[in-house]
Amino acid sequence: MLRYFLKRLAGAIPTLFIIVTLTFFLIRAAPGGPFDQEQTLPPEIMANLQSAYGLDRPMWVQYSRYLWALVHGDFGPSFRYKDFTVTELIGQGFPVTLELGTIALSLALVLGILIGSFAALRSNSAADHAAMALAVAGIAIPSFVVLPMLALLFGIHFRWLPVAGWEAGSIRHLVLPVVALALPPLAYIARLTRGGMLEVLRSHFIRTAIAKGLPLHTVILRHALRPALMPVAGYLAPAVASIMTGSLVVESIAGLPGVGRYLVQGALNRDYTLVLGMVILYSTVLIGMGLLVDLLYAWLDPRIRFER
Amino acid sequence: MNGGLWHGAWRRLRANPAAVAALCIIAALVAMAFVGPWFSPNEVEALDWSHVASDPGMVHAHWLGTDRLGRDLYVRTLAGARVSLAVGLVASAVSLSLGLCYGAVAGYVGGRTDHVMMRIIEILSGLPLIFFVIFLTVLFGRSESLLFVSIGAVGWLTMARIVRGQALSLRRKEFIEAAVASGASSARIIFKHVVPNVLGPVIVYATLSVPQIILFESFLSFLGLGIQEPHASLGTLIAEGAGEIEAAPWILLVPGVFLTMLLLCLNIFGDGLRDAFDARERR
Amino acid sequence: MRPGGAGISPPPADAAAALCVTNLEVSYARPDGTVAAVRDVSLSVGPRECIGIVGESGSGKTQVFMAAMGLLAENARARGSVRFEGAEILGLAPHPLNRVRGSRLTMIFQDPMTSLTPHLKIGVQLAEVLVAHRGSSWREAKREALEALERVRVPEPQRRLRQYPHELSGGMRQRVMIAMSLLGRPSLLIADEPTSALDVTVQAQIIDLLRMLRVELGMAVALISHDLGVVAGLADRIVVMYAGRVVESARAGDLLRSARHPYSALLLQCVPNLRDARLERMPCLPGQPPDPAAPERGCAFAPRCPRASERCARERPALRDLDGAAQVACHHPLSP
Repeated sequence: MLRYFLKRLAGAIPTLFIIVTLTFFLIRAAPGGPFDQEQTLPPEIMANLQSAYGLDRPMWVQYSRYLWALVHGDFGPSFRYKDFTVTELIGQGFPVTLELGTIALSLALVLGILIGSFAALRSNSAADHAAMALAVAGIAIPSFVVLPMLALLFGIHFRWLPVAGWEAGSIRHLVLPVVALALPPLAYIARLTRGGMLEVLRSHFIRTAIAKGLPLHTVILRHALRPALMPVAGYLAPAVASIMTGSLVVESIAGLPGVGRYLVQGALNRDYTLVLGMVILYSTVLIGMGLLVDLLYAWLDPRIRFER
Repeated sequence: MNGGLWHGAWRRLRANPAAVAALCIIAALVAMAFVGPWFSPNEVEALDWSHVASDPGMVHAHWLGTDRLGRDLYVRTLAGARVSLAVGLVASAVSLSLGLCYGAVAGYVGGRTDHVMMRIIEILSGLPLIFFVIFLTVLFGRSESLLFVSIGAVGWLTMARIVRGQALSLRRKEFIEAAVASGASSARIIFKHVVPNVLGPVIVYATLSVPQIILFESFLSFLGLGIQEPHASLGTLIAEGAGEIEAAPWILLVPGVFLTMLLLCLNIFGDGLRDAFDARERR
Repeated sequence: MRPGGAGISPPPADAAAALCVTNLEVSYARPDGTVAAVRDVSLSVGPRECIGIVGESGSGKTQVFMAAMGLLAENARARGSVRFEGAEILGLAPHPLNRVRGSRLTMIFQDPMTSLTPHLKIGVQLAEVLVAHRGSSWREAKREALEALERVRVPEPQRRLRQYPHELSGGMRQRVMIAMSLLGRPSLLIADEPTSALDVTVQAQIIDLLRMLRVELGMAVALISHDLGVVAGLADRIVVMYAGRVVESARAGDLLRSARHPYSALLLQCVPNLRDARLERMPCLPGQPPDPAAPERGCAFAPRCPRASERCARERPALRDLDGAAQVACHHPLSP
């Protein structure tokens, strides 16, 4: 098992390295520069700026300096937010986004699996059809429509929850954003669980478990659940990607001081280091998630552990 | 080619009330987007300073209200719908052709080429598309042709996979061998034989990818990375409305509901189409 | 060829039967009509008896016992009566049924490769039977599981407990299934084609194992198979089924020497060597069994029967008692 994990880890590190390198060179190779938006500056000032940010050095020098800094956790200064380094910006915003995303993913998993299992056990009943109809809605309706509507209903009409904004440590401000963010993955997971469960319930080993006189909850929880969740495990990395993407919009609407807005702003302002830093951050999270999913597969189906 | 397959699928589709209803609603929405504005005396860009941010009503024929600048929401939303639909269809066509060609070539040629082509798809699949777009925006600034490229990138990966799978299995079938034996060139074989037979799953997936594309375009426009001034898509309109929900919720709700209905029905219809074509799925 | 086990004679008729099936009907509701899988079957298994149920696929032989175990599919309808140790179990709700099945009434299936849960260790799958039925602790149950593995002659039982199903061979998995079915001290073990998926040499081992266990534990066995050779080595009595009905039932020795129903006789003739018969479809019997969705007319076997008469096409023969504790459903049975 340990060997399996190490093998996967060894495969992940080069991927990350490739992403960093590609990103770096692509951005540097782009037409235009980070200072293009400014009004035309006198050439001496331009040269000073270039030199201050190290843009006048040969490419390979810039690259090695960048890698060196990365290893020390230094993403460089933000070209736009002149007073801050990218590391500082990320440090401020990431915890918020992380909290938002983790809660949303957990909610999507727990509720999605519950609803999907329930639908599978009552397949073709009214409850099943209702659940699957809601799932279609969850997948189709965009989060930037759901969130304002939820805010309208619960924030303005009922006044139960704040419409937007953020206070450190406050749960109430997270409720609506988390729900809006969790809805699409929740819907997918419910559908996948239902499909997986229906498939597994037709297996021979489930027939054996029932013939053994085991109570239904044991058959479902001990025998059926793990193989039924294989498709869900396969969806985890896309789920994280979906939540990452969704957080850009949700943070913006709800006014959360997360790290998603930096990505968008960075793109609009052509802030190289910021975008670079964000891409590396998100890639690391995704690759980490991929590793986790590999581990999860091995746990769900022991046969995988023995593969060469 | 299976005429029988198409007949069976069409019959099953007609027997699915949800899919049929969804199709009707889609038709109605599309019709409204193009024909609806004729019913209103208001212009898309006309600023009515005497009725700023008004609620829906019969006032000055502003049936669905006005926005912050006094523009009529009914007309504006339908205009936005036209933009979203246009982008959606064009980008779908781009993504469809790209995926079709890529997949057909990979599946038909096989061997190492196929292997390499599929690896590329694997790597690209893992990355959220938004990063790709943000990348391009950082590199090239905002531009509308860029937008079409990046939106067209939604869905071509899966399309390529599906087509390649079908092409691989078809490669071994007899009529392909006959075509090869009769001396037809590879290109001719691909386009005259492989492509038509792949059509079933392709149609299903293409239908399902349209709402994904429209969603992605709205998403980008909402963030400000998509459709630029002076054009407005449903996404842009929703972005405008999101800032006003406390004072004038209609500015958000009108385009929001339209977009929601459109996406929902497209998804339901796509699901129904998929169930109709894939007999195994039925329980 | 030896009929039955180690000379155990069938119990007297008044001893309480382990399983008593009366007028069982099983049908399936499908979109294009109802399909009858079992059309009025009555049979019984005595307390220490071994009966072999033989028939082609589609004869309904498995469905009878699936009905008894409550394992029928969602769209199945069962009518009639199935009594286990005197109590009615057909149509029983899962909760009360679970008290019996898996402990006193157990079943093993045809495909050991797919019948064990892939992600659970063998030890867990064995022990959970006792934990569920007897409320044993896991340690206690694992100890008994070890003993059960020893009883079914699985080599290195301690090691096997910690392994996963895919690490065992087909024959070993079937032994594990048998061990699982013995833990609750069953009075009846139903074995549905237990050897069909196994090699010939392993088949013989499994049948020997069943024979030995039957004597050791004094339990009844219902052995379902399309393979007369398998049944011949173990059964005291043989029941032949065709198209959802019982067509003949007799002591094993009598039937194997001289079958009374033309179908049974043809089964015997077709088989060159009873030790390795494979009878999914009769190679020397022309035609096919009737379509279960079609309504019955006359004797179901008539179209393929060399002794069929005009009466057979018109009137369905009822199951009649004959001398020597045998029953036959035929208008023109063979003479002994």
